Amino acid sequence: MALSAAIQGGRAGAARFRPDRIGLVISLVALGGLCLPFATVKPNRILAGVAKTILEALPQTGSILLLAVLFVAITIACLRSPAWLRLGASVLVLLALAGAIGVSGIVLTPSGNPYARVAPAAGFWLLAFAMALLTADALTRLRPGPFGRVAALAATAVVFGFILKSGLWDNLSILKEYAVRADSFWAAAAAHVELALGSLVAAVAFGLPIGILCHRVPKIRDAVLNALNIVQTVPSIALFGLLIAPLGWIAVHVPGAKAIGIQGIGMAPAFVALFLYSLLPVVANTVAGLAAVSPSANDAARGMGMTERERLFQVELPLALPVIITGIRIVLVQNIGLATIAALIGGGGFGVFVFQGIGQTAIDLVLLGTVPTVALAFAAAVILDAVVELLSTPSVRDSAP
Amino acid sequence: MIDIDTITKRYDDTEVVSDVSLSVPAGSIAVIVGTSGSGKTTLLRMINRLVEPTSGRIRIDGQDTHSLSPHVLRRKIGYAIQGHGLFPHRTVAQNIATVPKLLGWEPARIKQRVADLLTLFQLDPAAYGPRYPSALSGGQQQRVGVARALAAEPAVLLMDEPFGALDPVIRAKAQDDLRAIQRRFGTTIIMVTHDMEEAIHLGDRIAVMDGGRLLQYASPTEILTAPATGFVESLLGAADRPFRLLSLTTLADVVEPGTADGAPLSADATARDGLSALLWTGRDAAPVQSADGAPLGRVTRARLMAAARLPGQAPV
Ligand SMILES: Nc1ncnc2c1ncn2[C@@H]1O[C@H](COP(=O)(O)OP(=O)(O)OP(=O)(O)O)[C@@H](O)[C@H]1O
Ligand SMILES: [Mg+2]
Repeated sequence: MALSAAIQGGRAGAARFRPDRIGLVISLVALGGLCLPFATVKPNRILAGVAKTILEALPQTGSILLLAVLFVAITIACLRSPAWLRLGASVLVLLALAGAIGVSGIVLTPSGNPYARVAPAAGFWLLAFAMALLTADALTRLRPGPFGRVAALAATAVVFGFILKSGLWDNLSILKEYAVRADSFWAAAAAHVELALGSLVAAVAFGLPIGILCHRVPKIRDAVLNALNIVQTVPSIALFGLLIAPLGWIAVHVPGAKAIGIQGIGMAPAFVALFLYSLLPVVANTVAGLAAVSPSANDAARGMGMTERERLFQVELPLALPVIITGIRIVLVQNIGLATIAALIGGGGFGVFVFQGIGQTAIDLVLLGTVPTVALAFAAAVILDAVVELLSTPSVRDSAP
Repeated sequence: MIDIDTITKRYDDTEVVSDVSLSVPAGSIAVIVGTSGSGKTTLLRMINRLVEPTSGRIRIDGQDTHSLSPHVLRRKIGYAIQGHGLFPHRTVAQNIATVPKLLGWEPARIKQRVADLLTLFQLDPAAYGPRYPSALSGGQQQRVGVARALAAEPAVLLMDEPFGALDPVIRAKAQDDLRAIQRRFGTTIIMVTHDMEEAIHLGDRIAVMDGGRLLQYASPTEILTAPATGFVESLLGAADRPFRLLSLTTLADVVEPGTADGAPLSADATARDGLSALLWTGRDAAPVQSADGAPLGRVTRARLMAAARLPGQAPV
């Protein structure tokens, strides 16, 4: 007893001097980031740029300050420090990085040259990536509940909004791309959300009843799921192509179809394609969720005298809901990504900037399309994960004070 | 009054319930016993039409169960499913309120009923009502399952091994509570159990099933003293029969005039407990007193042993 306690004590003592393995890896990534250029200055949006280190990109006090917080954070990351300390340190560095890149934009932009571009370079991205990892790791260790995670997301969004509004980043290349196309950016954002969310709503409206039907009539289940599986395997660009002919025909031959925007290219085929891709996850998860409802709960529902309808709405669907919402989460994240492709057939969305940027070899423009897409998908995943967790653990929720 | 009339259930080629007829008088308890797979659950579920019989009829108070649509029929019949079957997404209180809600009771009445039932089953309504079933022990879940079956004050109650997960102390208490509820409301109960003690203790009549057939349907005493087949005899546990028989008699039935030394026994204790007390204290006789302490006479070991003997068997 005493001996084992002593050994345990010894272990605990040794642990204090053992480095934190994840922190060590993150620190190596951050140190790698320090060796790479922090920002690049390009004469215009297409030409190759000149790389600048942190010392060159920032005023002296600025670079010393940034390096100081960075080294404090790395030290904290390498030691076995409490999670809240790691979180605080990494968030502090992220804020410092956000400020620093804004300042280098101001410092490095030659005055009176409207074509020059300052962009974050590999070093900045690597540092930001390392600190984001540290934040994510610390958050995971803190195990925030669903509300905590959504609150963290909201706080992040507010900070970003504040920085963007303040004009701190206005000299950075992405925001310069944004500045010249602010109107089309928000139109693209609206189209993107409309495509991703609209096709999801349509897929849920059709997929949920189809899933319920498949559950109740096992004979049609395999046929329906196989058909949807096949749709899922058609490459998106091919599916757009396949839809052009029938939708074009409908536009010409069905009165009124053209008036509501149905045509061979544009939003309609993109919407239909996303809808078709969304059906499988929604239907499959509805079927899986309903199938997982415990037979005894179903049996009790029947035994209590519930009608089929009451059993569906009061027992089966509530119990299957977490699985169904998981399907919806998959669809939404998938759709937000896939909606980018819609630009290829004139469907709009953030993909417009991506493909324009590729065409013009203007990487900043590609980023203007990519960054909001990734942010949207990330936010959707966090929010829907929280919803799933809230729905699936009534007992945990109940026992909370 | 439940009338089961030549009922048969066949799945493909196998008959799991064969030509069973029995009737349960209103306000009495019938207990179905039998080995696993003998068709007890199937027989029970044909009463509320969770299983549709292949042939035969069932009448409740003279009314054919097929004259009502299934959900209307089931709302009138309490059903405690084998292994509780509580809804995991609903609290204990919501679970118990299921049928009253389906029947459209007033919220205040439902709330009162839920609280009454939880109290009846020794679960504090304030503490247990808002909990989810996953936060209850197996025994508590079973009690909530029975409370849910009783919620709408059904005239008929079907119970499939309702007390299987309870420890002996709680089980005995739950049995007594069920007896009390049944007496108070005149509920007609059909209950499936594997526990012979429970069958003899609770049943007004016991139905013994084997391989889908009803072997015997009779009062506990008759089943014990005149088992219809060797199977019935073995199911009852031949070695325990005298003690089971004694457990059906109270000391009030065997008390005789006279006095005896030592601690008095209560008249409403079972003869089995009386014999046990005599054997344990090494006495030949003990005084018997009524519940309020009035002396009634005495009980002797010889009298108790005679009561444990197969009727008609002459003493040696
Ligand atoms: N839906 C079904 N299809 C085919 N066979 C069934 C079906 N339901 C039950 N059976 C069979 O009917 C027989 C009786 O089952 P039942 O559930 O009535 O037994 P039981 O007496 O309640 O058993 P236990 O004591 O184990 O609960 C079993 O052999 C079972 O396999
Ligand atoms: Mg059974």
